[in-house]
Amino acid sequence: MENMVNVTIDGQELSVPNSYTVLEAAREVGIDIPTLCYLKDINEVGACRVCVVEVEGARNLIASCVQPVNEGMVVKTHSRRVRQSRRTNLELVLANHNRECLTCSKNGSCELQTLSDELGVSDRNFEGAKREGHFDDLSPSVVRDSSKCILCGRCVNVCKQTQGIGILDFVNRGFETVVAPAFEMSLTEVPCISCGQCINVCPVGALTEKDNTDLIWDALENDDLHVIVQTAPAVRSALGEEFGYPIGTGVTGKMVAALKKLGFDKVFDTNFAADLTIMEEGHELLGRVKNGGTLPMITSCSPGWINYIENFYPEFLDNLSSCKSPQQMFGAIAKSYYAEKFEIDPKKIFVASVMPCVAKKGEIKREAMEANGLRDVDAVITTRELAKMIKEARIDFNKLEDQSYDKVLGEYTGAGVIFGATGGVMEAALRTVVDVVTGDDLEELEYTAVRGVEGVKEASLEIGDLTVNAAIAHGTANAASLLEKVKSGEKDYHFIEIMACPGGCVNGGGQPFVNAETRNSIDIRVERAQVLYSEDSGLPLRKSHKNPEIQALYSEYLGEPNGHKAHELLHTHYNQQEKYNRNK
Amino acid sequence: MKSLDELTKIREKAQKKVSTRNSGKKIRIVVGMATCGISAGARPVLNTLVEEVNKRDLQDIEVTQTGCIGVCRLEPIFEVYQNGEKVTYVNMDPKKAKEVIVNHIVNGNVVSEYTIGASEE
Amino acid sequence: MSLVRSHVLVCGGTGCTASGSLSIEDKFKECLEKFDLVNEVDIVKTGCFGLCEAGPIVVVYPEGAFYSSVKADDIERITEEHLLKGRIVKDLLFKEAIEENVIKSVDEVKFYKRQKRIALKNCGVINPEVIDEYIAYDGYRALGKVLTEMSQQDVIDEIKRSGLRGRGGGGFPSGLKWQFTKNATGDVKYVACNADEGDPGAFMDRSVLEGDPHAVIEAMAIAAYAIGASEGFVYIRAEYPIAVNRLEIAIEQAKEYGLLGDNIFGTDFSFDLQIRLGAGAFVCGEETALIESIEGRRGMPRPRPPFPANKGIWQKPTLLNNVETYANIPQIILKGSEWFSSIGTEKSTGTKVFALGGKINNTGLVEIPMGTTLRDVIFEIGGGIPKGKAFKAVQTGGPSGGCLTEAQLDEEISYDNLVSLGSMMGSGGMIVMDEDNCMVDVARFFLDFTVDESCGKCTPCREGTKRMLEILDKICQGKAEMEDLNRLDSLANMIKDSALCGLGQTAPNPVLSTIEHLDMKYVEHITDKKCTAGVCQDLLQIKITDDCIGCTACKNVCPVDCISGERKSLHEIDQNECIKCGACIDKCPVNAIIKE
Repeated sequence: MENMVNVTIDGQELSVPNSYTVLEAAREVGIDIPTLCYLKDINEVGACRVCVVEVEGARNLIASCVQPVNEGMVVKTHSRRVRQSRRTNLELVLANHNRECLTCSKNGSCELQTLSDELGVSDRNFEGAKREGHFDDLSPSVVRDSSKCILCGRCVNVCKQTQGIGILDFVNRGFETVVAPAFEMSLTEVPCISCGQCINVCPVGALTEKDNTDLIWDALENDDLHVIVQTAPAVRSALGEEFGYPIGTGVTGKMVAALKKLGFDKVFDTNFAADLTIMEEGHELLGRVKNGGTLPMITSCSPGWINYIENFYPEFLDNLSSCKSPQQMFGAIAKSYYAEKFEIDPKKIFVASVMPCVAKKGEIKREAMEANGLRDVDAVITTRELAKMIKEARIDFNKLEDQSYDKVLGEYTGAGVIFGATGGVMEAALRTVVDVVTGDDLEELEYTAVRGVEGVKEASLEIGDLTVNAAIAHGTANAASLLEKVKSGEKDYHFIEIMACPGGCVNGGGQPFVNAETRNSIDIRVERAQVLYSEDSGLPLRKSHKNPEIQALYSEYLGEPNGHKAHELLHTHYNQQEKYNRNK
Repeated sequence: MKSLDELTKIREKAQKKVSTRNSGKKIRIVVGMATCGISAGARPVLNTLVEEVNKRDLQDIEVTQTGCIGVCRLEPIFEVYQNGEKVTYVNMDPKKAKEVIVNHIVNGNVVSEYTIGASEE
Repeated sequence: MSLVRSHVLVCGGTGCTASGSLSIEDKFKECLEKFDLVNEVDIVKTGCFGLCEAGPIVVVYPEGAFYSSVKADDIERITEEHLLKGRIVKDLLFKEAIEENVIKSVDEVKFYKRQKRIALKNCGVINPEVIDEYIAYDGYRALGKVLTEMSQQDVIDEIKRSGLRGRGGGGFPSGLKWQFTKNATGDVKYVACNADEGDPGAFMDRSVLEGDPHAVIEAMAIAAYAIGASEGFVYIRAEYPIAVNRLEIAIEQAKEYGLLGDNIFGTDFSFDLQIRLGAGAFVCGEETALIESIEGRRGMPRPRPPFPANKGIWQKPTLLNNVETYANIPQIILKGSEWFSSIGTEKSTGTKVFALGGKINNTGLVEIPMGTTLRDVIFEIGGGIPKGKAFKAVQTGGPSGGCLTEAQLDEEISYDNLVSLGSMMGSGGMIVMDEDNCMVDVARFFLDFTVDESCGKCTPCREGTKRMLEILDKICQGKAEMEDLNRLDSLANMIKDSALCGLGQTAPNPVLSTIEHLDMKYVEHITDKKCTAGVCQDLLQIKITDDCIGCTACKNVCPVDCISGERKSLHEIDQNECIKCGACIDKCPVNAIIKE
């Protein structure tokens, strides 16, 4: 039992644990002190001074987000002194902000906008010098516009602490401060891995994703092209949030319906390709184990993770699975197997994908991500961009009737759908590997040890006469600590799953924005992952190798897993990247 | 340094070196070092006085020079100021200076035959 | 046997060094050779004497002859006349050292007589690069006493009883801080010294470190013993190369003598000291920003609590004190807390070192007992205002402090009194202003400094001070309305109330105190569009008076051709075109052009 202290907030007495901050204590009595820079567990710095409160006996106002409670504290959260200070500070922020709200991609979901509205500020008081803005859109994934930055520091901390990389920091001093990469270089010139976590935490429009909706609209408009779309598993777990559904609502059927309404010729599912990836990767693992190949084998479906390993841990490149990610495998199959089967000219096939991820926008441009001279995937849009397209087309999402994916590349098992959560790839792989090794069809197929949001997870399984040691890490800081243990010999694994984003793809850089207030009370990673595990448990088929469309693909076209054709289409290679490269 | 005693030893030794900078000395010996004095040989007298004071580790003594005292025919001259009184020694040389240190400064007996009073007789 | 009978002390502080004291030292050595006095006279390079106005300074013992503004050309004369023949060279003496032909020794000069030098005890007395000299003047005896006779709590109690308060500006009771750090849980603790002295015009800490670095080393060892630390850091700004160098030498010499390192004085106590350099940020003088900087990070303050006493360097309990605070410690231990607390006032015990600057005759460093009045400091010790000008205001506390006027001259200097008057002690900078200073401009000068030095973390300081500066610029340019003054005042109060750290919280002080004591000046600038001190260029006009003889010299030299008038007739300046360069004023042969 934690030590409790007695405090008084706006005249109301209450008892709270002594580890609480004034902000948390106030919430207990229903007072939601406004914050701006605060983001639980990521940015607790007391910088913006919006959350200041009056504390009896203190000479100055105190930042409630970082001030711990103490016995007998008397707090006033909305006295005139507090309100004036709060408002003036907000006005000061606005005075140095690019206020083009109407044309900003964060219009309607901007935390600064919401706060200004709530506090009723006027910004007539401080017209003067404005910080020079830097606009950097050279990266295929992340766009940086520092004229909109409010210097809250969330992106700096998420990149430095949560991801353990730190390519963004405060540069210059005082009024001239900007948040930028070293020497204000472009994101392409520093080891940014495009995970997009910075985009997710940015309260305003200073960090956003590259908008590729135009590419999709253009393709859809072009009658010459056969435009097909694939959707990643994590998209369905969060798309509903853009249309008012509570966090944790699955909207698969409506999503498919919306895509059909937008005009795609075929709506397929990346989960199909996820099952395919399991086939290839599962056999690759068994091959390495049997033939003394490089172990531990590490998954390769997270392009943010690939960027990370190429920059920071090139010594582990040989450990990576040579499999392409499901997105890429899908594209390769679409422009070969599917094209042949339906006699469509592969050059006329436009593969679009909807991803929870911004790194995918860079992945499709990798040199090796092609087959037979054709790019596997032609364009990537994020969950957010899809929602924008649906809204622009004025499709009433909430009223849509559920629809199903199209055949041939749309069938999937539960193993495929759980890819979107951390531990999902591992669990899917185990379900197949176990059956292959034992020759059985095991009924017990839920591996709960690999589920959940703990940074690094371990599991050890007896499969026949094989003991498989597995590890899972999500968030690159956790990945680094895991790899260091492997490097030092402290740990010995056969198979490792690494996702660049904390929580896995459900928390990818392209998922719907969730404001700080909501994040303070719920863990969106858990809520969204629940959608996937739920769908998995409700599906008739839950093991990748049981997918009839996958079986057909192999028997009709590919032959053996890891066979020659599979290697041509579905496998790739990786290279060490130079960390700092001017004019990359 | 392994003990406080070591520190004390260093302190005592160093204090002697810097004692020149301390004001408020009880006895002042002032040597006439104008041109007349120097040509008559006041430098060696001055050096001897300094040497003897240091050798005997005499505390609270200031040895300094001044310009022409006035009685140039009696150079080298030095004056001893103590408790508001002044004793003027004339026609000095290093040997006599030593005697003054021993008798007057250390033991408190003025060496009357070397003083100016004696020379006028 | 030693024949040395005279010590020649040459000031080696930064100020005198910049004026050539090193060449003076060399010249002396040369002249001693020439006159064969090498065995009889010692040349000693010391730290700062404090009377920087009079530099380069040379003091000759045993007489205590106080030579000022010494040039290399003077050395031969001093050597021949004084060192050889004993005739003090009167015309080279400091002006206050000779009164009606009576020579006063350095201790009797008015400037030094009123001072009580505790922190500056050894400055100008010893050669800081020779540890033995520090030891000669009771050096390291306090540490010895502490390690062999006193318990940790004994030491802390003694510091508490002395009433010593932080000399860096905060004025927090030092004994209490030491107690908190000792009480904090953890077996790894640190002591640190804040030598980042960033206030413009302040050089107290610099002089202590240049002139008596061992005092700080000894004090830090004592502090480490008291709180249970074995490692210390001196965070010193890189702009103090001489101080850094002297400190490095001192640490080296202390190590050689076993006064730093393992088992000091044969006891269980071990202590080691490291130097960390700053890199040009005033904000790194703030305690938590300093700690961030030592950890290798960007110098941005942390929210408190937790305080450094509990979570400091690398989240370990850390005791951070200012240089001057430390400089008092050895003497408090040796002479006792009663001695210290008998000096000064009841709540502000001991002395304080002030750096006197601005419009004052004796610029330099003074150490005076707390409770001395401002009038005494400025007029008695400081020698008053040069050129007989009228006193206008004195600014204490640097960019964090406020301005005090004629009405407050008889106020006592103490921590609480200065705060109650709208200013603060700060680290000890004292800038005097006369009738030719514009107080609005002075406030703007200090605000400009804080805007430049703001770290940028929190909104009120980063954005707010900049907006305050913009309003002040408007006022000085004559473009402001009375509403702007109201906005300035409320913005200043808001920043003071909600900024994250001391820099932001005190940045508005110069503005607020000038508004409080001198608001008429602001009104003059705003409504009358006039700067009576004649400083704010945009509010001045250049006019040609009736003394004009029509020689057209000004017309010819005007770069914008704004002067009209025929030969032999009164010329006139077109105020709309005039760029106020002043070329015409310089050119006029009869001084008929004025600025008003």
